[in-house]
Amino acid sequence: MSASLARALAALCCGLIFGLGLSMSGMLDPARVRGFLDIAGAWDPSLAFVMGGAVAVTFCGLVVVRRMRRPLLGEHFGLEADRPIDARLLGGSALFGIGWGLAGFCPGPAIAALSTGLLPVLAFVAAMVTGMVLHDRFVRPR
Amino acid sequence: MGGPAVSQFLPSLIGGMLIGLSAVLFLVLNGRVAGISGIVWRLAQGNGVLVNAAFVLGLVLGPVVYRLIAGAWPAMTVTWSWPVLIAAGLLVGVGTRMGSGCTSGHGVIGIAALSFRSIVATLVFLSAGVVAVTLLRWTGS
Repeated sequence: MSASLARALAALCCGLIFGLGLSMSGMLDPARVRGFLDIAGAWDPSLAFVMGGAVAVTFCGLVVVRRMRRPLLGEHFGLEADRPIDARLLGGSALFGIGWGLAGFCPGPAIAALSTGLLPVLAFVAAMVTGMVLHDRFVRPR
Repeated sequence: MGGPAVSQFLPSLIGGMLIGLSAVLFLVLNGRVAGISGIVWRLAQGNGVLVNAAFVLGLVLGPVVYRLIAGAWPAMTVTWSWPVLIAAGLLVGVGTRMGSGCTSGHGVIGIAALSFRSIVATLVFLSAGVVAVTLLRWTGS
């Protein structure tokens, strides 16, 4: 098996586990996400458990990753260089958060929910990709 | 004590742990950060198509596998207007590119890596989300 095919298969498995985790966690449901963000109303803490579980596992995994010189199937780790905390980080995060609160979707659940074939999901994903393109067209690309 | 009260959050906890497992495996095997906004963007640009398309395909198949195991699709209630939906999508697209990350990249991996930058980003988007939902509530949505 070629290295690139192995990496693709690995990516497929990782995506599948991610999508399965999202499905189990209830985070495909915009109402559950809204429930977590609705601290003024009936608060649903589920998202805290999702993120807590995810961060805990990733934290432990990073201990292993830091000891590796290179990934098992690749040449080097593709980690981005550290950038400063600037207006783009803050502004971008704010805009993302507003959109997330409005629809209850962030990129992961939205993509995963494409499998349901629901039109609103398709529309959200199309708008999301459009927004990404618009950003890079009108703002200095990274 | 919190027997039944805590166990209702078990699926969320386990689902989250699976997300973490996915992120760790993607790092260990491919050496890549499982930041969904970045993966989607690279795919949209036609970069690293094989790996990024495979990941996205797996992501889409996740609920399908869930349906096979659980016998039903994951619950989803869709309750928004089209203008809000489109505006939200645009905001998420612009915002994740500008802020270079989303809930998986910053919120999970960034925080697990104790990246101050990601912690700040996560606090900002969580706060913004709370503001958006609270405003929606006040406008009667």
